[in-house]
Amino acid sequence: MNDIVTVIRSVPLEHYVFLSFTLFSIGLAGALFRRNTIIILMCLELMFNSVNLLLAAFSAHHGDPGGQVFVFFIMLVAAAEVTVGLAILVMMKRNVDSIDINQLNRLKW
Amino acid sequence: MQVLFYIFAAISILSALFVVAAKSPINSVIALIVCFLSIAGHYILLNAQFLAVVHIIVYTGAIMVLFLFVIMLLNLNKSTEPQKSLATRVAAVIAGGVFLLTLLGAIKDGIGIAPPAAYDGSVGLVKSVGVSLFTDYLLPFEVSSVLFLSAMIGAVMLGKKDTSPQPLSGGKVLTKGAGTNA
Repeated sequence: MNDIVTVIRSVPLEHYVFLSFTLFSIGLAGALFRRNTIIILMCLELMFNSVNLLLAAFSAHHGDPGGQVFVFFIMLVAAAEVTVGLAILVMMKRNVDSIDINQLNRLKW
Repeated sequence: MQVLFYIFAAISILSALFVVAAKSPINSVIALIVCFLSIAGHYILLNAQFLAVVHIIVYTGAIMVLFLFVIMLLNLNKSTEPQKSLATRVAAVIAGGVFLLTLLGAIKDGIGIAPPAAYDGSVGLVKSVGVSLFTDYLLPFEVSSVLFLSAMIGAVMLGKKDTSPQPLSGGKVLTKGAGTNA
């Protein structure tokens, strides 16, 4: 295990940054691209995870466990967020019988 | 061994693209689980073993099962959802791509970060993360339990059936126990 970790540390930190940016952009584009509310929630999870990965990479780079504790808190917030989000989704399906995000345009004007 | 990082990165990006592109929500969920597992692989490569285990338990085990449960409960597995108009979709792809370009442009001269600290094999193990969590970050840890309580109450309030009297329905106002008492 330690061999793998020491070799992996030769991967430049920029590559983790690139990977994280790419995942975040895919999540952002997906949230704009789809009309299905459940897919939009999943894209939010994707963005959360790209940020988590970046925090963990920086934490390992600096040898500081604080960054990983931060990732832990982001996971807690994401779990709470997805609970309420799915409850809203169930309520939306029950009230307007659709999970199309365009049905929720009454706050527009 | 560095190739492991690139393999996991390719899996992450491809499955993330599939999440957005898949027709059926079930396929999106499966692709997102694959993406999360590959990110757990990244955590293990970073020697963040506590995070890897918690990530698999919380995301793959709890959140994605919740997504699957809602999809099956509401019978959402229809691949014939209405698509956004072509202009909106092109605009979404352009927005994501331009955002990525902006981020990459911001760091094109390097991110100016300190050289890596000396390798310490204990960072990321349960012991070091736990000590940090229960000494430096004790207050946020306790506050997060309040957050969970409020999220739980909110989910129950939103999810329960609306049993309040409905004035627009006309006739007899139905109450919650009306069916069982009669």
